[in-house]
Amino acid sequence: MEILLYTILTLCIIGVLAAVILYFVAQKFKVHEDPRVDQVEKMLPGANCGGCGFAGCRGLADALAKRNDISALFCPVGGAPVMKSVADFLGKAAPEKEAQVATVRCGGSCEKRPRLNDYDGAASCAIASSLYGGQTGCTYGCLGLGDCVSACTFGAISMNPETGLPEVDPEKCTACGACVKACPKGVIELRKKWPKDRAVFVSCVSKDKGAVVMKACKAGCIGCGKCAKVCAFDAITIENNLAFIDSWKCKLCRKCVNECPTGAIRLVGMEPLAKEPKATPAQKPAES
Amino acid sequence: MANRLVIAPAPHVHGSESTRKIMRDVLLALTPALIFSIVVFGWSALMVTCISVASCVLFEFLIQKFLLRGPRTIGDLSAVVTGVLLAFNVPSSLPWWIVMIGAFVSIAIAKMTFGGLGKNPFNPALVGRVFLLFAYPVQMTTFPRPVGQLADAFSGATPLAAVKANIISHTDINFQDILFGSIPGSLGEISALLLLVGFLYLLWRKVISWHIPVAILGTMAVFIFIVGLSQGMQGEALWEYPIFHLLAGGAILGAVYMATDYSTSPMTHAGMIIYGIGIGVITVLIRLWGAYPEGMSFAILIMNSVVPLINKYVKPHRFGVK
Amino acid sequence: MKTFPKGGVHPSDNKLSRASAVEVLPLPEVVNVPLAQHIGAPAVAKVAKGDQVKTGQLIAEAAGFVSANIHAPVSGTVTAVEMQPNGQGQRQMMITIRREGDEWAEGIDTSSTLVREYALTPQEILAKIKAAGIVGMGGAAFPTHVKLTIPAGKKVEYLIINGVECEPYLTSDHRSMLERGEELMVGISILMRALEVDRAFIGVENNKQDAISHLTKLAAGYSGIRVVPLRVRYPQGGEKQLIAAITGREVPPPPGLPIDVGAVVCNVSTTLAIYEAVLKNKPLVERIVTVTGRQIKEPKNLRVHFGTPVSSLLEAAGGLPEGEVKVLNGGPMMGRAMSNLASPVIKGCSGITVFAGPSAFRRGESVCIKCAKCVSACPMGLEPYLLAKLSRLKLWERLESEWVSNCIECGCCQFTCPAAIPLLDFIRLGKQEVGALVRARAAANASRK
Repeated sequence: MEILLYTILTLCIIGVLAAVILYFVAQKFKVHEDPRVDQVEKMLPGANCGGCGFAGCRGLADALAKRNDISALFCPVGGAPVMKSVADFLGKAAPEKEAQVATVRCGGSCEKRPRLNDYDGAASCAIASSLYGGQTGCTYGCLGLGDCVSACTFGAISMNPETGLPEVDPEKCTACGACVKACPKGVIELRKKWPKDRAVFVSCVSKDKGAVVMKACKAGCIGCGKCAKVCAFDAITIENNLAFIDSWKCKLCRKCVNECPTGAIRLVGMEPLAKEPKATPAQKPAES
Repeated sequence: MANRLVIAPAPHVHGSESTRKIMRDVLLALTPALIFSIVVFGWSALMVTCISVASCVLFEFLIQKFLLRGPRTIGDLSAVVTGVLLAFNVPSSLPWWIVMIGAFVSIAIAKMTFGGLGKNPFNPALVGRVFLLFAYPVQMTTFPRPVGQLADAFSGATPLAAVKANIISHTDINFQDILFGSIPGSLGEISALLLLVGFLYLLWRKVISWHIPVAILGTMAVFIFIVGLSQGMQGEALWEYPIFHLLAGGAILGAVYMATDYSTSPMTHAGMIIYGIGIGVITVLIRLWGAYPEGMSFAILIMNSVVPLINKYVKPHRFGVK
Repeated sequence: MKTFPKGGVHPSDNKLSRASAVEVLPLPEVVNVPLAQHIGAPAVAKVAKGDQVKTGQLIAEAAGFVSANIHAPVSGTVTAVEMQPNGQGQRQMMITIRREGDEWAEGIDTSSTLVREYALTPQEILAKIKAAGIVGMGGAAFPTHVKLTIPAGKKVEYLIINGVECEPYLTSDHRSMLERGEELMVGISILMRALEVDRAFIGVENNKQDAISHLTKLAAGYSGIRVVPLRVRYPQGGEKQLIAAITGREVPPPPGLPIDVGAVVCNVSTTLAIYEAVLKNKPLVERIVTVTGRQIKEPKNLRVHFGTPVSSLLEAAGGLPEGEVKVLNGGPMMGRAMSNLASPVIKGCSGITVFAGPSAFRRGESVCIKCAKCVSACPMGLEPYLLAKLSRLKLWERLESEWVSNCIECGCCQFTCPAAIPLLDFIRLGKQEVGALVRARAAANASRK
């Protein structure tokens, strides 16, 4: 009986002591925070992908609550609807941004760009790219080791075993930009997201001269400039032997697609233009 | 050129070590003690070891196949080592189903729940052993007597238990018996000499370094010697006191084979020494003042829990940093 | 016997070409000379397509202090100055020369007569070394004149000549020590004059007994030069390990330099190049390259002019074995695998090592068993298992605080790992990221001021 009493008493004393210590510790480390931060955080998608530039959703929520002008802040995952509701809740002007999608700009599939050597190191594009030029003759294109796949927290990128290239699922892609940062070759770009996932883009990033590109890859841009000449919207620029289509200027007219001699310009979600007898495009080169 | 070039970052050569070879060496080191046990305790020792090994391997295989669905690691022999060590820590008279329960706790709970080889914080064999000790105290502390030989004084108790219960004094014990293993005890712990032979083999093969075993045994010896002094022991009794404690019970088995388990011991030599001293001190505290005659398993498990902390704070000497 | 204090491994040394005397490889028909053969800024081309050049003529000039001159390795016509793939398939600027005859520029003594007499000041010696475009020939290719320019307030106490050659397979330094010992001694005395020190130590590992006894005999004729036999242990030839082995002093982590502990280390081949530059006016246009490998028919040591394609060295050694091969620029522990065998031999190339068949591939990786062998093997006192893990998790700041910048990329950790984890791949990546982080921070600090 006595033992029981002592046991209960000791337990009680320990309990009270622990409670007192906890209380003071909690007081000491108490952090005052804007209550709205919690609520904003709840409205955000909670993916903690870092696509906004902050370490996680909490960081963005904090910035949204603190700053008066939130036009520079944007959650690519939630997109415009989430930003609108957050802005309404905070009584601030909603930032606007057009929808984007990650696009892999390399068409050097196994078939088009033969492998010349076997990489046997750790499966990481970053490691391979600092080691050497890559398994193919092209030193600019995709290395195919999947750093973008592991960087994507939404499971939107997967390796196509047939082509050896990553593929973006536009439905799942939130344009957070993690893959863009992860790719040591700068192959992935965030481009304007058209309805029905339509797209026209130069699927090559090689800055090599035409002859070098042709030797290494059958789908590379050789910088011939035909596409730029045919473009009516000044969307195409040629720099360092490489054509680039600005997705914000492009109107998806598709004229350039037929011009490209190597098929480096990719067309997604649309039929190509019918091959007309070369009337207008043929004149232009003649003029210049 | 008809060649295909292979590219990888340096280094391009690799030493001959592999996980499997290391585990094989540990098994080899344990073999003499196992054979000796079979000689002393009869075929039941072999039976217990076989059941333990088979169940450990089986449980690991089943968990990897049906639960984790990851790569299979049965081939690396680590489950076999766990099985042998578990068997070494139980009496050879243990019923087969208790051995299997121990193997299940070792592999399923102590090893695989943490992610398998290299990720478990506690020594799997010891977790299994301690679980059995609490769950089946009677079976776990009833030790069969070695065939023939020993005096009736022990009546199935280990020398440590007998000394603890003041049935006998450590000076009554013939040192040759505990050195060569003619004493009751767990299956693999009885022959101090053969375990030490295995230790030398592991040192020679560079499977383990000397730091942990020496720190544990050294600490125990010093601590026990001081206790002996304070109790007024003198002469031979004083000198024999630490020797008795080092040779009896699971001190050597624990210090050489259990405490040195890679994933549950520190990564730096300085850390290993701290860890070893901790085990030595706790073992002696339990043996002399605790409720159990043997404290090695508890000491190792307690210090296992400190290993992450040791790894965090005890760093190697950085070259060129003052 | 002396050695460095901690870590290290013992790879089997496989010095297959140890007994083969240096052979001269015939001059190639075409050479490609990269402008970046050294650490630092690439040199600036001084010739253009169509120019006639003579062997030893300056064709590219150092761009700044940390850079090195480049000289024509053969005589002939410059046919191109353009981007070409290097050994790793990456494009870089190279000067292509089509060889015509073998005509050396004026004033260069190409004979093998030994010259001992000179009356030059340290400044004159340094100027000649700089003009000759000499870089560290042990592999790192750091411009030698930069290393020999002692910053104000520092004093050289030890000149250490690196004859360790701890990389398995490679024997070019070993052969140089045996065949050109006398010139090496003169080279060392030139260096001693240039640095104004009165003692020099030649560190040689104990597996080169012939070189040790040969050099010890020769050193008796020179005051202040001592041969120090060292216990065989990789990476003893690493600058920091060699200094620790001989002087017992540890070079502080980057940005610490050997001069911070009063030491200057110079490779054997570099010292011979210095001898030729100072006393024979001969710029750096050739070197000895070991071509070796278990599957190579005739492993040998070749005297090769820079710009010679690696493939012709392999042919001279009996050609590549069939099937899958790994061809390394350097030795097996630190060499770089090549994806382009048409690429040229450059100043830092001490050997071409070939692995064929299964030895060309790595072993499969398994999980870390926390055996701590990497921690024991690391000569820099790092925890490779932890660094690799942090690097996989991209925790660059943590990596920095765990001293990743102290890593010398010797490969001991990966060599010793029983689980065959590519530790160094990830540590190297982490080191690069941390380096970028540190540079960005320094730049930010500088711009704030």
